[in-house]
Amino acid sequence: MKILVAVKRVVDYNVKVRPKSDGTDVDIANAKMSINPFCEIAVEEAVRLKEKGVATEIIAVSMGPKQAQEQIRTAMALGADRGILVETDVELQPLAVAKCLKAIIDKETPDLIIMGKQSIDADNNQTGQMLGALTGMPQGTFASEVTVADGKVNVTREVDGGAQTVALTLPAIVTTDLRLNEPRYASLPNIMKAKKKPLETTSPEDLGVDAAPRVQTLKVEPPAERQAGIKVADVAELVDKLKNEAKVIS
Amino acid sequence: MSILVIAEHDNASLKGATLNTIAAAKAIGGDIDVLVAGSDCSGAVQAAAAVSGVAKVINADNSAYANQLAENVALLVAELGKNYTHILAPATSNGKNIAPRAAALLDVQAISEIVSVEAADTFKRPIYAGNVIATVQSSDAIKVITVRGTAFDPVPADGGSATVEDSSLSTDAGISSFVSEELAKSDRPELTAAKIVISGGRGMQNGDNFEMLYSVADKLGAAVGASRAAVDAGFVPNDMQVGQTGKIVAPDLYVAVGISGAIQHLAGMKDSKVIVAINKDEEAPIFQVADYGLVADLFDAIPELDSSL
Repeated sequence: MKILVAVKRVVDYNVKVRPKSDGTDVDIANAKMSINPFCEIAVEEAVRLKEKGVATEIIAVSMGPKQAQEQIRTAMALGADRGILVETDVELQPLAVAKCLKAIIDKETPDLIIMGKQSIDADNNQTGQMLGALTGMPQGTFASEVTVADGKVNVTREVDGGAQTVALTLPAIVTTDLRLNEPRYASLPNIMKAKKKPLETTSPEDLGVDAAPRVQTLKVEPPAERQAGIKVADVAELVDKLKNEAKVIS
Repeated sequence: MSILVIAEHDNASLKGATLNTIAAAKAIGGDIDVLVAGSDCSGAVQAAAAVSGVAKVINADNSAYANQLAENVALLVAELGKNYTHILAPATSNGKNIAPRAAALLDVQAISEIVSVEAADTFKRPIYAGNVIATVQSSDAIKVITVRGTAFDPVPADGGSATVEDSSLSTDAGISSFVSEELAKSDRPELTAAKIVISGGRGMQNGDNFEMLYSVADKLGAAVGASRAAVDAGFVPNDMQVGQTGKIVAPDLYVAVGISGAIQHLAGMKDSKVIVAINKDEEAPIFQVADYGLVADLFDAIPELDSSL
């Protein structure tokens, strides 16, 4: 089976992002960029399915500026066979991303699409679900376990009260949660090999997608700061403060 | 304006997150209808009809909606939602699963996890794990939104008398089915609904030591949570995780025990009213957000706290 994996280029999770002083946008000039951690888990899952003999080919797709090639190369170094970059300088929102993915899926006809549940920049958690709606495919979101068998995929999902398992017909969409797997590190020989793997470039226009944003960001600001309080000397003082000052316990 | 709120429920009863979502709907203003999509869900329907400020409850009682399968419920929401200016769902795992799928069916860019309503088309929402708050404006005709419950005080669960309308729609996509569910059983309050939360981190050292927290929690009527470090170390199951990638909580009192205070954890609890940190490392970042900090070995402090309650 063919697997399509979507990967997003985001500010590295170790970078603490701040708004620009004029409040128009976040300041990410010169910030270290990486593959979104949830997307990395998606690539790892696809590679494991290939190693088990379930998958035969893995296509990594990314969207954004030319530099998003780096994240596709990272996916290739982890085991993806080829890549597609949807190049654009427009800010792509989840609906536009889902529409571009739908156009690629119509051409490539993968059996399984694996993607991160959310990106750690915009924190939307929407694209997989939207892609499900546009393609008419079922969705196994927030996956902690994925099993492909008998023309179906069983997905165990992390839900509020614990875990839920659903059975989905193929083709299907899976979005990854943190505990699905622990991604491997790319080896140097694999990083070198990835540079020679085929990478095709297209654009939202070529795919027939109107990528114009529907939601406009008017302002960004830091969250309300919490003032540090006081240090208490011992447990007795803590209990006294909670009872008599904060009045949160009785 | 007319607003459709998707109820969070377990068929028998309405979940608290629905009341926070209705509060966000009130902040937008207009008629508020509540959709209860379930199976044998008359208990939840009656509870929804009693909620203050609800005009109409749509009762979609159908086996296709028994397990909140997104493929089926999103078709229903998109069909009903055409008649509304706003569709609101709680930012629970169900809401996050269903709302974007319904939005795409309506060709709408959804807005996730709003924390305030600035105008009928303008909202605030956290990005970058809560390090930045963005004010965003939607140009779509229908606004599809998920609501972060901790940011809106719940409306009263009683005092309303909504009409109930049965939906005759049956939207079974036939592409997904429920297999099984393993829900954590606990006599303690739910993390996201508890007035007091006590959480343990890597400093707890192992799962057995969480018994100390359970004992304190039971005296305080508190829920017990954990940091991602404690979950990833296998001390406790993942449904206890508080943080950006776990549950977002904002109780009256949050007690962080042996938690250093990584950004991702702070994002999940920094809106709590009173924060207590107990940690033996006085440089731990958690102390920068704590109202009361106690620099102490938790293995001394927690038993002492337990016996003084």
